[in-house]
Amino acid sequence: MDFSLTDEQRMLKDTLARFVADNYGIEVRHEIAASPEGFSRDIWSQFAELGIIGALFAEADGGFGGGGFDLSTVFEEIGRGLVVEPLLASVLGGNAIASLGDEAQKARLEGVIAGETIVALAHGEPQSRYDHVHVETRAERDGDGWRLNGEKAVVLNGDSAGTLVVSARTGGEVWDEEGISLFLVPANAEGVTARGYPTIDGLHAAEIAFEAVTLDGGALLGREGGAFPALEETLARGALALSAEAIGAMEVCRDITIEYLKTRRQFGVPIGKFQALQHRMATLLMEIEQARSSVINAAGCLNRSREERELAVSAAKAMTGRIGRMVAEEAIQMHGGIAMTWEYSLGHYAKRLVMIDHQFGDVDFHTARYAEIAAVAGV
Amino acid sequence: MDISYSAEDLAFREKVRAFLQERLPRTLSEKVRRNQHLSRDDMEQWHGILNDKGWLAQDWPKEHGGAGWTTVQQQIFEDEAAAANAPRIVPFGLKMLAPVLMKFGSPEQKDRYLPRILNGSDWWCQGYSEPGAGSDLASLKTRAVRDGDHYVVNGQKTWTTLGQHANKIFCLVRTSTEGKPQEGISFLLIDMDTPGITIRPIILLEGTHEVNEVFFDDVRVPIENLVGEENKGWTYAKYLLTHERTNIAGVGFSRAALAHVKAIARDQKVRGRPLINDPLFAARIAKVEMELAALATTNLRVLSAPDAAANAGPISSMLKIKGTEIRQELNDLARRALGPYALPFVSEALEPGWNGEPIGPEDAAGVAADYFNNRKISIYGGSNEVQRNIISKMVMGL
Ligand SMILES: Cc1cc2nc3c(=O)[nH]c(=O)nc-3n(C[C@H](O)[C@H](O)[C@H](O)COP(=O)(O)OP(=O)(O)OC[C@H]3O[C@@H](n4cnc5c(N)ncnc54)[C@H](O)[C@@H]3O)c2cc1C
Repeated sequence: MDFSLTDEQRMLKDTLARFVADNYGIEVRHEIAASPEGFSRDIWSQFAELGIIGALFAEADGGFGGGGFDLSTVFEEIGRGLVVEPLLASVLGGNAIASLGDEAQKARLEGVIAGETIVALAHGEPQSRYDHVHVETRAERDGDGWRLNGEKAVVLNGDSAGTLVVSARTGGEVWDEEGISLFLVPANAEGVTARGYPTIDGLHAAEIAFEAVTLDGGALLGREGGAFPALEETLARGALALSAEAIGAMEVCRDITIEYLKTRRQFGVPIGKFQALQHRMATLLMEIEQARSSVINAAGCLNRSREERELAVSAAKAMTGRIGRMVAEEAIQMHGGIAMTWEYSLGHYAKRLVMIDHQFGDVDFHTARYAEIAAVAGV
Repeated sequence: MDISYSAEDLAFREKVRAFLQERLPRTLSEKVRRNQHLSRDDMEQWHGILNDKGWLAQDWPKEHGGAGWTTVQQQIFEDEAAAANAPRIVPFGLKMLAPVLMKFGSPEQKDRYLPRILNGSDWWCQGYSEPGAGSDLASLKTRAVRDGDHYVVNGQKTWTTLGQHANKIFCLVRTSTEGKPQEGISFLLIDMDTPGITIRPIILLEGTHEVNEVFFDDVRVPIENLVGEENKGWTYAKYLLTHERTNIAGVGFSRAALAHVKAIARDQKVRGRPLINDPLFAARIAKVEMELAALATTNLRVLSAPDAAANAGPISSMLKIKGTEIRQELNDLARRALGPYALPFVSEALEPGWNGEPIGPEDAAGVAADYFNNRKISIYGGSNEVQRNIISKMVMGL
């Protein structure tokens, strides 16, 4: 057993941390988040040059990482810097292509890793909530190709992606695993309409409608109707990435709050002298360590059996969801009014932390999922 | 014991319902329902409607133009008004300043200011907190120095809610640095357009302009604007804290919030079934619903207790803590219920008059923002930690 990062991972962490410290102050971040696309193409190219995007993919796919701890290392720093660039979209879209694509399709990954192509996974739908298998969007055969109809909801960076990886039903009923296919859809294809918008935590997403979109035969990723296992693994990576991001954000909240408890004075003493606050801060500290361990478990299980992976990932997402809310709320409360302001950075971390629970499954979803998988597996 | 309302109370409830049905403008209730921001005009419109009916100053005695309602009647109104999505009554003049003026103000001050509060001529804001004086309010530093017929005020107030709409501010200022800090504080009424006052917005974490900083630079305030005696301001401010007990629990707001959570949870589906039937979510709702039912009774129980006035301090602390915890839990459930649709944030959708197409469920736009914004309710008006200190000291003698 060894809980230390490899030299490569350590370098990756330091590189990203330094980049964020030098170039990604909170004011810069707000400006980027408020821009039309909600991220900076310029910063994105720099991430590519620094190898940050490549670290999310395996060597066989043109990257130099792609393991659970590579993901967790990158995303923890993303959480620390409140980075809004489309790294998660790249993990999701890119991993689907890497798992299912043929050589021609996988060639796109080069552009993704080079920071030239943005990919996004368009999977969730207006009625699907967090359900992995809920797919109503349909693709029907149309000559050698396909015709796509349906709607996708809250697609992360869906308004900026050049290529959309779209889940659609080619068979089965709404909640069947079998019958889900993935398609590569150019965002500028006729019949694709994306309505982009900011999210409350500073990211960007889109509602995307597909109306009789014609796709050629090369658009299908993998076997017709057989995309679910790869999709599930892709969503597991997304949930792991988000959980790791939450750890980064939690630790920043913790550090800012400890510092404030030491410096803010009321009644002639630093407020950190009040035991009512000391114990709560101590609780946060313990909970964050628990959250971190759950993320380590998930990262370590990413390449194990489906059951082990899904259990560990759901555990991490549920725990970081619960603890993330607690950290966000407690950190604000222990600050008092100052933390309620836009100007003070803590509130932005708090917003991101709470909203992570709304992406790819909240506490309840992953708790129920954990129970269900554990029951079936008899663990 | 009997937990049912009296026949008179029930009749009163019917009267309130009918009034709301008839007089609450839909343009206002729609904005409240969708968590849209209310303009100054919106709030004044509602105050005007209530004032026309004689229902604006519910706890004021009749001699001052109040409704003279019992605490139970006030509670009934709060419940019904919240359920009907009526705007909240802006409390600064009506519920914070007026009781102090009635008890400690000069006859001239009462005659001058009380009618203007009722008819909307004055919009008051509360100038207590300072950057260095939050929980430790008595450490406030804004100075008022006597100079002939005036006080000259220098210093800074902060967190001034809706100060951007106000033409008047009631302030705690330091008039003496001798003795205990509490003993050198005075209660001063100040015109916001006096030369030397500057107001600057503070934007809250979810992007709204609700609070302000107010700077005082050699601001000359006529001495007749002193309330009561010099250096007794702390007593008046404390009187206010203990006076304001009704609706501190926010039971009406919470009931309305609970109904909203349920509406969302009926609408959202998990595998085709309404979220409200999802065992985990249903349990979350049940837990807070049980708490709320108990709080409603705690509230009425303590308000109608014979020794309520004597115990007002600790009682309002208790109601405030429980009330805010429950409301915040409901805010949490509302955003949770929306699932991924809690994320989209089109801030224009919260502005009055926005007619764009909503993203996701029709009234989702302000739910997450409201959750973040309402983190304030356990901080302001004496944080929940400070309230627990009060209970420890005053009830348990610890
Ligand atoms: C949205 C908003 C609106 C407001 N509106 C107004 C207004 O209109 N007018 C006005 O005058 N003020 C207003 N306030 C100010 C509000 O009353 C103060 O924020 C509040 O009193 C807390 O003070 P503080 O923010 O300085 O926090 P601090 O007093 O610095 O407290 C920081 C933390 O320490 C804790 N703490 C402090 N002392 C103790 C103790 N002895 N034991 C244990 N814990 C302690 C607090 O509970 C808090 O968690 C508003 C505040 C907000 C956020």
